[in-house]
Amino acid sequence: MGERVLIHGYEAVGRGALNAGCRHFFGYPITPQNEITEFFARELPKNGGRFVQAESESAVGAMLFGASAAGVRTMTSTASPGWGLMQEMLSHISFCELPVVIVNCQRGGPGQGTTRHAQTDYLSATRGGGQGGYKSIVIAPASVQECHDLVQLAFYLADKYNILTIVLCDGILIQIAEPVELRTIDFGPLLEKDWALKGSAKKEGRTDIIHSTRGLLGTYPQILEAMHKKYQQITDSEVRYETADADDAELLLVAYGYVARCCEGAINMARAAGLKVGFIRPITLWPFPYEIIRQKASQGCRFLVVEDSMGQMIEDVKLGAEGKAEIHFLGLLARHQGGELGMLFPERVFEEVKKLL
Amino acid sequence: MSEKKKELVYAPTKLRVPWLGSGCPGCGHTLAGKAIMEVIEEMGIEGRVIAVGGIGCHGLALMMTIVDRTIGAHGTAPATATGIKQALFDDAIVYTFQGDGDCAAIGAGYLVNAAARSERITIFMVNNANYGTTGGQMAPTTLMGQVTPTTPMGRDAKTCGYPLHVPEMLATIKGVAYSARSAVNSPANFQRTKRYAKAAFQKQIDDVGFSFVEILDPCPVNWHMDPVDALKWIEEKQIAEYPLGEFRNVDRID
Repeated sequence: MGERVLIHGYEAVGRGALNAGCRHFFGYPITPQNEITEFFARELPKNGGRFVQAESESAVGAMLFGASAAGVRTMTSTASPGWGLMQEMLSHISFCELPVVIVNCQRGGPGQGTTRHAQTDYLSATRGGGQGGYKSIVIAPASVQECHDLVQLAFYLADKYNILTIVLCDGILIQIAEPVELRTIDFGPLLEKDWALKGSAKKEGRTDIIHSTRGLLGTYPQILEAMHKKYQQITDSEVRYETADADDAELLLVAYGYVARCCEGAINMARAAGLKVGFIRPITLWPFPYEIIRQKASQGCRFLVVEDSMGQMIEDVKLGAEGKAEIHFLGLLARHQGGELGMLFPERVFEEVKKLL
Repeated sequence: MSEKKKELVYAPTKLRVPWLGSGCPGCGHTLAGKAIMEVIEEMGIEGRVIAVGGIGCHGLALMMTIVDRTIGAHGTAPATATGIKQALFDDAIVYTFQGDGDCAAIGAGYLVNAAARSERITIFMVNNANYGTTGGQMAPTTLMGQVTPTTPMGRDAKTCGYPLHVPEMLATIKGVAYSARSAVNSPANFQRTKRYAKAAFQKQIDDVGFSFVEILDPCPVNWHMDPVDALKWIEEKQIAEYPLGEFRNVDRID
C-alpha cells in the first residue's frame, strides 16, 4: 500500500506524473488548470527536473516535440482554448510518432467558451484534432485516484506505442479533493528509446533523424500504412471500460469523467426504486469500447448517453449500437442552472431515467 | 629526386551527406550550411550537436548535415530546440537552421521568446529575401521595391511595411549573448560567417546566453538572376539594407 492522502485532482495529476518518472513539463497559464502548471513549477526543480513557462500553447507543443525527440518523458496540461492552439504541433508529434502526454482539463467551448468545467472537446480529442488524420490514445479519469493512476498509464501507453496520449479531464475532477493512494504503478517493461536525439557521441557515432517532412519521401503510403496498423493494434488490445449493474439492465447509462460520477448517483437512486438501470463507463475514449455497446444493443438494451456537452460521445455510442438500439441523450441543457457554474446532477439524470422506463 | 611533401589545404567536410545535391544552381543555403558544418567539425563538437530545421529550402541544408537532427513545424524551431536543450541540458549543443520567413514571420514569436528566456541555443537564419520553396513570395526581409509574386508592383510600404532587421532587434534583448549578421556572397564573407558561427556556438558552450547569426545568401532562381549577378545584388542592395557585423557580443549577462 502506498501513502494515502487527501489531495485535489490537480495534485493527483502531478503526483502521478512524478511517479511515472516525468521530469519535463512545459506549460502556459490557462483556467481551470493553473494549479497543475503551478504544481510542476514548484515540484520539478526539487526533483531534478525542468519546468518551462512557454509563450503560448503552440510553443508548448514544439517544446514537447523537442523534449520527446530527446528521449525524456514529457507532458503538459492545458484547457480547451489552449488545446485548440496546440493542435498544429500535435499533428507533427503524431506524424513523427513521438510519445507525449497531454492533460486537457476541458472547459466550455467553442471559442473562449467558459472558464469552468464541460465536456466539449471529446470529438477533437478522439478524432485527431489537428491536420492530416491521426489518432491519439484518449483516457478519461472519473476520480482523483484515477487522475493519479491514469496519468501513469498514459505515459506507459505513450512509450509503448510511441503515440500522443491525452488524459481528457474536466474542470471539476481536478478541483475536487478525494483520498488517494500514492503509488508507482508498474505496467511492464518498455523498449529503450534508441531512436532519441541526444548527440551521436552517446550513440557510438550513430546519428538519427526525426522529421515531420518524411511524407516527402517516396514511402509516404507505407508510412501511413504502418501508422494505421499500429492504430489497429491499439484498438485490438487497449480498450478499457467499466460496467456496473449491466447484467439485467434494460437501460444503460453511458458517461465519462465527472458526469460518470453523477450517473453513479442516479443509478443508485434508480436501483433503490426498483428500476433496472446499469452503467457503462468508457475509460479509453479512443479506442472506444464499441464491442460492449454492440453486445448490449443486440441484447435489446436501450441507452441514455449523458454528457456535459451538446452531444459528442453519443456519436460513438451510435456507431457501437449499429442502429440496433434506442439511444437517448441528456446533455448540457440539463444543467442545474444557467451560466458557466451549472452542473449535471444525479437527481436530474434519475428524472430522465424515470421518463424512459 | 627529393620527395615532395604533400600538405592538405582543403578537404570537404565529413559532416555533409555526400549524395544530396546542393539545391538550385547558385543557391546560398547549402553554402551557409557548409560553413556551419565546417565550424562544427573544426570545434570538434559534432558528437554533442542536435540540429533543428525549419520548413523551407533551408531544410535541405539541415538534412544534409550528419548530426542528430529534426524538423517539426513551420517557425517553431526555437521552441523545439528549447525542448531538446531542456531535456538534455549541459551535454547538448542545440542549434536551429531556419529561413527568413520561417524565423522572422511565422516563427517570430518563438524566436523572440526563446531569446528573452536566454535559452542556451543558437539560431542561424538564412536571409534570401523571399520564400524560396513556395515560389519566391515576399518575406519580412524582402527589400523595398523588390518584385515578388505577392508584391508584383514591388514591395510597397503602404501595404507591406518595411524590411525587418532581426539581429539588431535581438540585440536589444538582455538574454541575448550574441547577435550578428554575415553573408556568403564572397570568400571573405564566407570566412566571416564561420567566425560568427563559432562565436555563437561558443556563447552556448560557455553558458552565457542565447546566440543568433543571420546569413545573407543568394536565391538566383527566385531573383531571376544568374548566380554571379545574385552575388553582386547581395553586395550592392542587400548589404546596403542589412549591414554586416556583430550587434551584441557579451561574455556575461548580469
